[in-house]
Amino acid sequence: MAGIVGYGAYVPKYRIKSETIAEVWGEDPNRIQKGLGIMEKSVPAIDEDSATLSVESARIAMERAQIAPDELGAVYVGSESHPYAVKPTATMVSQALGATPNLTAADLEFACKAGTAAMQICMGMVDSNMIKYGLAIGADTAQGRPGDALEYSAAAGAAAYIIGKDDQSLAIIEDTFSYTTDTPDFWRRTKADYPSHGGRFTGEPAYFKHVQGAFNGLMEKMDEKIDNYDYFIFHQPNAKFPKAVAKKLGVPKEKIELGMIVPIIGNTYSGNTPLSLANVLDKAKPGEKIFVTSFGSGAGSDAFSIKVTDKIEEKRKKGYPLSHFIENKEYVTYAIYAKLRKKYKGM
Amino acid sequence: MKESISLTWRRIPERYKMIGTRCTTCNSNFFPPRSVCSKCRRKGKIEPFEFSGNGKIYSFTEIHAAPAGFENQIPYVMAIVELDEGTRCTGQIVDATLKDLKIGDRVEGTFRKLLSDDPEGPIHYGFKFRLKK
Ligand SMILES: [Zn+2]
Repeated sequence: MAGIVGYGAYVPKYRIKSETIAEVWGEDPNRIQKGLGIMEKSVPAIDEDSATLSVESARIAMERAQIAPDELGAVYVGSESHPYAVKPTATMVSQALGATPNLTAADLEFACKAGTAAMQICMGMVDSNMIKYGLAIGADTAQGRPGDALEYSAAAGAAAYIIGKDDQSLAIIEDTFSYTTDTPDFWRRTKADYPSHGGRFTGEPAYFKHVQGAFNGLMEKMDEKIDNYDYFIFHQPNAKFPKAVAKKLGVPKEKIELGMIVPIIGNTYSGNTPLSLANVLDKAKPGEKIFVTSFGSGAGSDAFSIKVTDKIEEKRKKGYPLSHFIENKEYVTYAIYAKLRKKYKGM
Repeated sequence: MKESISLTWRRIPERYKMIGTRCTTCNSNFFPPRSVCSKCRRKGKIEPFEFSGNGKIYSFTEIHAAPAGFENQIPYVMAIVELDEGTRCTGQIVDATLKDLKIGDRVEGTFRKLLSDDPEGPIHYGFKFRLKK
C-alpha cells in the first residue's frame, strides 16, 4: 500500500480583501462575504507562477521525506495555469529539486483536481513497484475575469506530496475512488485569458453530483462509515458548497472545520484540496483518519481514505507549516492587484 | 534585456540550486562558481558545491530605475548576502521593501521567475532571497 512520505504547502504573501474587489465593481461586500464566505484571497507576487509555487511546496515536502532527490522516480504537476502552453512545469520543478535526469515527469490538467489526480498516478506507480517515490503537486495562480464572481475566489497556492511505501509514511492512503463525467460547468478555451462557467449549473449537476458520487463510492467500496473518520475535506470553490455537501452527506460540521481554508486564502484551484489536506496533516494526531474528496470542473471527483501514522510528529517538525505562509501576509489595493495579475492592457 | 538560450541553459544549476564551487585544497567556497581558486590558483582542486541559500544581509539598496524587463517590479530590493557557507553574493530580496530590512537580517533562498523576455520567449527562473521569519 502507498502513503504520504512527505508533504509541503505554500501560499504567496499578498492578499486582497473581498470588500476591496467589491468596491471596484459596485457590489455589496456583505453580500459577497455572506454568499461566497470568502473574506480575502491570496495573490502571487509578480515573479511567482505555478512553477515557482510548486518548487516552494516541493522543497518542504523533500525536507520532510528525508530522501535523496534522485530517489524520485516520477514528478507530476497538476495545474490549470502552467507557465508554458508547451514545456512541462514538471521539468523545471524536477531540475530545481535536483531529481533529474533519471525520472519520468509530466504536467496534468483537470481544473481544480489535477493535484489529486497526480497523487493517484503516483500511488499506482509505487504500488506496482515501477518507482520508489513519486512527487505529486497541485499548484495554481488562478485568474478570474474582472468583475466576475470568480474574481473573489481565484487565488494562488501549491501543495506537494511525496508518495512512497506505507512503512515509511506519515499517513497511509488506504484507498481511493473517482467519479468522472462530461459536464460543461466551467472551461477555458485555448488562448482565452479567463475561464467561463455555467453559472447555476456549477452547483447541483457538477459539484454536488460528483463530490457525492466519489464520496459514496469510496465509503461503499471500503465498507466504511462517517463515524470512523476524524476529519473530512471537501473541495472548496467557496465556503458555501463544502458546508452544504457535508450537511447532505450527514458529516458533522466540526469535522470539516480544520480543512476549511478557502475563507482566508481563496480557491487555489489545483492547490485547493491538497492545501486543505496539508492544513489537517499539520495538526492531526497519529491514528486519526481523514476522508478527502476533491472536485474538478469538467467534471470529476477523487476521494481518498487516509490514516495518520506515528511518523507524522517527527516529520512535520521540519520545514514550515502552512500556517506560516497564511499568517505572513500583506494586503494590496485593487490597482496593485491588477498589476500583479497583469490585468492592464499592454503589460 | 535578452539572454541567449545557451547561457540560460548553462546557468541552470547555479540559478535553480545555487550550485557554486569549492576548492578542496584550501576549503574556500565560491558563488557564483569559479573554475580557478583565487588563493591556490593552479594548485587548487575545484569541485561543485551546493549552497543552502541561507545567509544574512551584508548590504542592501532599493532599485528605482530598473533595467529593461524589470520595470514592473520597481521598487525592489537588491542585497549583498553573506552566505552561511562563507562567501558573498548579490541577489534580490523578495516580499520586502527598505523599511522591512536591516543589515544582519537572516535570509533564506526562494525560487522565483527572474525574467521572461517577451510573450513568446523562454521564462528564466532562479534563486532570490526572502527574510527568514
Ligand atoms: Zn584554494
